[in-house]
Amino acid sequence: MKKINEIVIVSGKGGTGKTSLTAALASLFTGKVMVDCDVDAANLHLILNPEKVVRQSDFAGGKKADIDPELCTKCGICLDACRFEAISPDFVIDPFMCEGCGACFALCPHCAVNITEGTAGTWYVTDTGNNERFVYAEMHPGEDNSGKLVSAVRNEARIEAKSADIGLVIIDGPPGIGCPVISSVTGTKLVIVITEPTPAGVHDLERIVGLANHFKIKTAVVVNKFDINPGLLNKIKDYCSLNNLDFIGEIPFDSAVTEAQRAGKSIVDYKSECGASIAIKDIFKRIELIIGDM
Amino acid sequence: MKIVFASGKGGTGKTTIAVNLAYYLAESGKKVQYLDCDVEEPNGHLFLKPDYDNKTAVKVMVPSVDLDKCNFCGRCSAECRFNAIVTIKDKVLVFQELCHGCALCVRICPEKAISEEQREIGFIEEGSTVNGISFVQGVLNVGEPMAVPVITAVKKNFKEDYIRIIDAPPGTSCPVVKTITDADFVVFVTEPTPFGLHDLKIAMSVAINMSKLFGVVINRDGEYPPLKEYLDQEDIPVLMSVPEDRDIAEAYSRGELLLISLPGYRDHFKILADNIMKLTGKSL
Amino acid sequence: MIAITSIDGTIEGGLDERFGRAKKIILYDSEKQNINVIDNKLNMSASQGAGIQTAQNIIDAGVKVVISGHLGPNAFRVLNAAGIEAFAASNITVKEAIEAYRNGKLIKLTGSDVEGHW
Repeated sequence: MKKINEIVIVSGKGGTGKTSLTAALASLFTGKVMVDCDVDAANLHLILNPEKVVRQSDFAGGKKADIDPELCTKCGICLDACRFEAISPDFVIDPFMCEGCGACFALCPHCAVNITEGTAGTWYVTDTGNNERFVYAEMHPGEDNSGKLVSAVRNEARIEAKSADIGLVIIDGPPGIGCPVISSVTGTKLVIVITEPTPAGVHDLERIVGLANHFKIKTAVVVNKFDINPGLLNKIKDYCSLNNLDFIGEIPFDSAVTEAQRAGKSIVDYKSECGASIAIKDIFKRIELIIGDM
Repeated sequence: MKIVFASGKGGTGKTTIAVNLAYYLAESGKKVQYLDCDVEEPNGHLFLKPDYDNKTAVKVMVPSVDLDKCNFCGRCSAECRFNAIVTIKDKVLVFQELCHGCALCVRICPEKAISEEQREIGFIEEGSTVNGISFVQGVLNVGEPMAVPVITAVKKNFKEDYIRIIDAPPGTSCPVVKTITDADFVVFVTEPTPFGLHDLKIAMSVAINMSKLFGVVINRDGEYPPLKEYLDQEDIPVLMSVPEDRDIAEAYSRGELLLISLPGYRDHFKILADNIMKLTGKSL
Repeated sequence: MIAITSIDGTIEGGLDERFGRAKKIILYDSEKQNINVIDNKLNMSASQGAGIQTAQNIIDAGVKVVISGHLGPNAFRVLNAAGIEAFAASNITVKEAIEAYRNGKLIKLTGSDVEGHW
C-alpha cells in the first residue's frame, strides 16, 4: 500500500493560470488522482474532459427559513427578530437575505416557520480515460464555498487513491486565502503557489505563503507571465530566497496558453514545444524531484 | 445610478474595467463614486491611488454572557445554528468569529443572562482621487470569515447624486449576490475562453433570477466563437470588447490606469458608457 | 477513556488527522479494554463549527484524553475548558496511536496547532 502524497496548486488572486498549470501537470504525471477544489469556478473538467461519471452526490447547503402563509397570523414577532432584513412586510422570506439563523423559527408563536436544508451543489467522481480518476464539484449560485465541500471532495479523492493504490493526489485549489483554501491546503505535502508579477499578485503571494508556513507545509513558487514586469519578478525571487521558498520555475507570457484553453486541451498537449510548455515541463521535473524526496 | 462590476471567475479584468470607467466618467466631468466591495481583496486603490481622509471600523454584535445570571441550562448552545456558543458544566464559551449576530441566544435565554457587545471585523476607508473620484473601500480583517457586514457598510457610504461604480467580489457566492441586489445595472467582465464562458453563465444566472439589467464586457478578446454564439443566442448585449494586448498586461503590472498609459483606449470606454446609458435609459 | 479520530472506525485503520471533520471517533476504554465508535458524519458536513461540535460530542461521551492529527483553536478551547488533554499523532493507525500514548511517546498539545476555519 502506497503512502498518499497530496499536492495542491493555489494562487491567491484568481486568473493567474492556476488551472492551466494544473491541467498540464495532469497530462505529465501518470498514476495520480486529480481533484478540482475550486468549486466556485470549477474549470478543470473543461480540459480533463471526463468520459463518464463513476458516482456523484448532492451536497447539503445552508439552511433557509420560509413562512407558511396558512399558519401565519402576521403578528410581526419574526419581523422584529430578524437581523438580516430577510422578511418582507407581507411575511415572505427572501432566500438570498436569509442567514438560516432560526430566530424566526424559534420565536414564532404559531409554528408557521419551517427551516429547510437546500442542496449547495453536487460532487462527481469521474473517469478521464485509462481508468484515471478525477473528482470535482459544482456549487449553486448564492451558496458559499466552505471548508466542508472541499473536505468532501478531497475525501472522495483519497478513497479513489486508496482503492487503486495510487500514491499521488493533485489538487487544483480555490482562489483567495479564506476558509476553502485552508481546507484544501491542510494535510498536503506540497503547496505550489502560482502568481504573476503584478502588485496584486505579489501581495497575494505573501498572504498565501503566510498560510502555508503556518501549517509548516513545504512551499514552491511558480511565476506566470514572468516577462511582463522584470522588476516585480526580481522582487518575487528575492522574496522566495529570503523566505526559503523553492522557486521552481517561470512561465512566459504566451498566447498559446489561451489557445490551448479554447481548444479544450492542456498546453503541453496542445503545443508541446512552445515557451510555456517547455517551462512547465521543467517545472514538472522539479516537482517530481521534490516528491521523490518525500 | 448604481453600476456593479462582477465576474464569474477571478482574474478576468473586472477591476481594470471598473477603475478605468470611473476615471473616464470623472474626466468627462461627471460626479463619480467608486465603491470597492471586493473586501477580501480590494485592489481598486492600486490604480486609482486615492488620498484617504476618513477611516471607520466595521463592527458586528456578538453575545456576552453574565455568568452570575447564567444557570448553564445550555439552551443557547442547543439553539445556535452556527456552533458559536458552547456550554460546558460551569462555563459558557462564545466563538465570536462564528457568530452571525442573529441575537437568537439573547432572546431565548430563560435567565436573561445574555446581552450584546460590539466586535470589530474590518474597516471602511473613504477619500478622493486627484481627478475628483469619491472613493470608498471596505477591508475585511485577515482571517475573518464574514464579508457581508463590511460590504453592507461600504454600500451605506454611497453618495446619492453620484454615478456609483461598484466593484463586486469574483464568483457567485452570497456576498456577490448581496452586492448585485440593489444594482441598476450589472456589468459582467469575461474572457473568451471555455473557463470564462462556463463561469459567466453561472454568474449571469444570478442577475437573471433577480431580473437585473446587465451586459457583458469581453476582455482579452480573441478567436473563440462559442462565447459570441451564446451571447447572440441569449440576446445578451456586448457592451465593449478589449483586445488581448500585452501592453495592457504590462500597464496593469505597473499599477497604472489603462487610460493614462494607453490613451488610445479612451473610445472603448466611451462606447461602454454609451451602451450602459442606452440600456438603462438613464444619462450618466 | 481515550478518543481517537479515525478514518474508518477500526483500530487497524488510520488515524484521521483532521479533528472536526474526522469521519469517525473511536472511544477506547483503557480499563475495560473495549472500544466504541461514534459516527462523526453529521459534523463532517457542518458548515461551520465542526471542531467545536466534535469536541462537545467527545465531552458528552466522558472522555479524558484526545488523540488526533491537528487541533484548531476553537476545538482546543472547548477541550481545554472541559479539562481534556489533547495529543498529536500523524501517519499512524489508531492502534499504534493508543500504544504510543501508553508509552508516553505522543506530544501533548498545549495550544492549537492549526488555524481555525469555518
